[in-house]
Amino acid sequence: MTVMEQFRNWLAGAMPDWAAYILAFIVGVVAILIFALVMIIVFVYIERRVVGRFQVRLGPNRCGPEGIFQLIADAIKVFGKEDIVPSKGDFWVHFLAPIVTFVPALMIFAVVPFHRGAVFTDLDVGILYVVAISSISVVGIFMAGWGSNNKYSLIAALRAVAQAVSYELPVVLSVVGVILLTGTLSLNKIVEVQTIPLFLLTPLGFLIFFLGTMAEINRSPFDLLEAESEIVAGYQMEYSGMKWVLFYMGEYGHALAASSIITTLFLSGWKGPLLPPFLWFLIKVLIVFFIFMWARATVPRLRVDQLTAFAWKCLLPMALINLVLIAAEVIWFPEMLPWMMVVVNFAVAGVLILLWSRLFALGGGRVEV
Amino acid sequence: MMLRTEPFVVNIGPQHPSSHGLFRLRVTLDGEVVKDLELVLGYLHRGIEKLAEGRTYTQNITLTDRLDYLAQMTNNWAYVIAVEKLAGIKVPERAEYLRVIIGEMMRLSSHLCFIGFFLNELGAYFTPLFYMFRDREKIIDLFDMVCGQRLNYNYMRVGGVSHDIPEEFVPALKRLLDEMPRLIDEYEQLLSGNEILLARTKKVGILTKEKAINCSASGPVLRASGVKWDIRKVDPYSVYDRFDFEIPVGSVGDVYDRYWVRVQEMRQSVRILKQALEQLPKGETKAEVPFLLRPPVGDAYGRIEGPKGELGFYLVSDNSIAPYRWHVRPPALLNLTALRELAIGWKLADAIVIFGSLDTILGEVDR
Repeated sequence: MTVMEQFRNWLAGAMPDWAAYILAFIVGVVAILIFALVMIIVFVYIERRVVGRFQVRLGPNRCGPEGIFQLIADAIKVFGKEDIVPSKGDFWVHFLAPIVTFVPALMIFAVVPFHRGAVFTDLDVGILYVVAISSISVVGIFMAGWGSNNKYSLIAALRAVAQAVSYELPVVLSVVGVILLTGTLSLNKIVEVQTIPLFLLTPLGFLIFFLGTMAEINRSPFDLLEAESEIVAGYQMEYSGMKWVLFYMGEYGHALAASSIITTLFLSGWKGPLLPPFLWFLIKVLIVFFIFMWARATVPRLRVDQLTAFAWKCLLPMALINLVLIAAEVIWFPEMLPWMMVVVNFAVAGVLILLWSRLFALGGGRVEV
Repeated sequence: MMLRTEPFVVNIGPQHPSSHGLFRLRVTLDGEVVKDLELVLGYLHRGIEKLAEGRTYTQNITLTDRLDYLAQMTNNWAYVIAVEKLAGIKVPERAEYLRVIIGEMMRLSSHLCFIGFFLNELGAYFTPLFYMFRDREKIIDLFDMVCGQRLNYNYMRVGGVSHDIPEEFVPALKRLLDEMPRLIDEYEQLLSGNEILLARTKKVGILTKEKAINCSASGPVLRASGVKWDIRKVDPYSVYDRFDFEIPVGSVGDVYDRYWVRVQEMRQSVRILKQALEQLPKGETKAEVPFLLRPPVGDAYGRIEGPKGELGFYLVSDNSIAPYRWHVRPPALLNLTALRELAIGWKLADAIVIFGSLDTILGEVDR
């Protein structure tokens, strides 16, 4: 029984069932919204400071102690901006795009278990829900690119679609591996079943899921949608004020959602010794986010054809091999010792990665015109 | 079903994060592929060549600072060499050594800037740029020590340099030179072997040997294509014949080679600087030159190996206090002429990277 259900039952003792249902629903939504928005602010602050450290500078440190009020100053500045709609743009598409991009990031948290039993709704098809919702945001990005009537934005929009179509497949296939190992689609149960973190049991799946998610949330080195040196700000080009803030928060919201999902699926969610479970969850989310930041501060960007080639020629075959391997292990050696499986799967992952790095090289790519 | 497609014209610039100044690329795209590319120059034209015809020879030194604003003192140097040829002035030995020291430091600083901006164009999120600027800052501090300026130095004079270096300059430079090879190693470790960098630059935008010579490219762009041509070796000016250094030459002529050649040149610059500091003689730093120089009637062409290529000044004198004709051979402009041929057929992102690899400074291109 989840915390939400207990809360609802407790309320039902004092009021009619329908009122308890609605009240519990509102309280849950508000709690998740507060968590997500606070974490987004924390993420933005941490990223600015940590990337600053990566880049031998201090990052914002003037506004309040250690610069923690910098974001408030930025927010005040942004709220005061004029909301501009391009005169030849499509008003409704332009208006709805930031909302369509931002809201799915929050919706994912409905099924994320934050603590033992602390999940808003323990959906039986939790993973399907996550996969479905997380691919909606790309529609928002495409709407932004299309509705802005700007050539840079349009290029970004087309890139977004190519990227989403390519990376959805390996991500979903690597999730299937997790489902085979845990035998459930509910995120809550996946965490409960994990006795050792799943990234040890399926290292290749973890890697593919990690890279694929990075591409789906447009973090560097897959940040082709806002490739500053080429298409300036990409799909955000014609946005200002509050709409731009929604895109910005959407970006970090998706990073937060992706970190939470990776934590839940592969890093055994809230489980951990000594510390309270919720704290463990936060620590793991921050570690995953730190790796995102690390990649962003270190590596250059891939080109658009290399990006899709990486998905189709590299990640997809590896994801298939990984899936077959795990299926075989689950069917034929169900009582295989977990540590045995760890060794075998790490060895296979190492061999495959070595093989692919030898056989498969990105580069070149001139087209005769 | 056949979809109707049509080419898509995108203006990159004049205001664009990777336009290196004010510059417009009119790109015709087919999807992401560059079908045609047109350079639109002239946004930064200030009429410097005409301005120079109304100023005295000494006053013009300060105009040269405004050409390539990331390698100002090499511009000074090329110009004063031309004037010295025109007027037949002998430069004291110490001044020559100081010029070499300053010139090689300028090359280091310019190449550091190149690597930083180039990596930014490749999409690294400003990290290499900040590292490069940290080190460029050390070099600029030394320039500050020498001539009190940080951007427009105006240090060279006809017949020498404006004044001698301060006492603390040589130890400070030695400290920097001890540190520099380690820093270059560090950057190479981070950048040169990076898979994504290799994927983005290897075999991209190949400039063949013949094409490089035909479009009269010079400097690292020419050397990356495999032509061993460096004015410091083939037509030694100043005291370059006294130093022992090598000329790094690329083999393929792709973007990666252009990057690699510049990194190797930085190492060679450190080598030259070390030797120059050892050999630095004592003595005068400026020859006796009349305040209002009136060179005899004639013309002269002074050239040096600037950080971006062969930088030349062509001067015509009519025995007055101002040059009759003042012409610059800007390496960046001539290297830029290869861009159209290099970029066609590549993706939009590659076109930007190829443009970045030519190391263009628009102050020099438009003058």
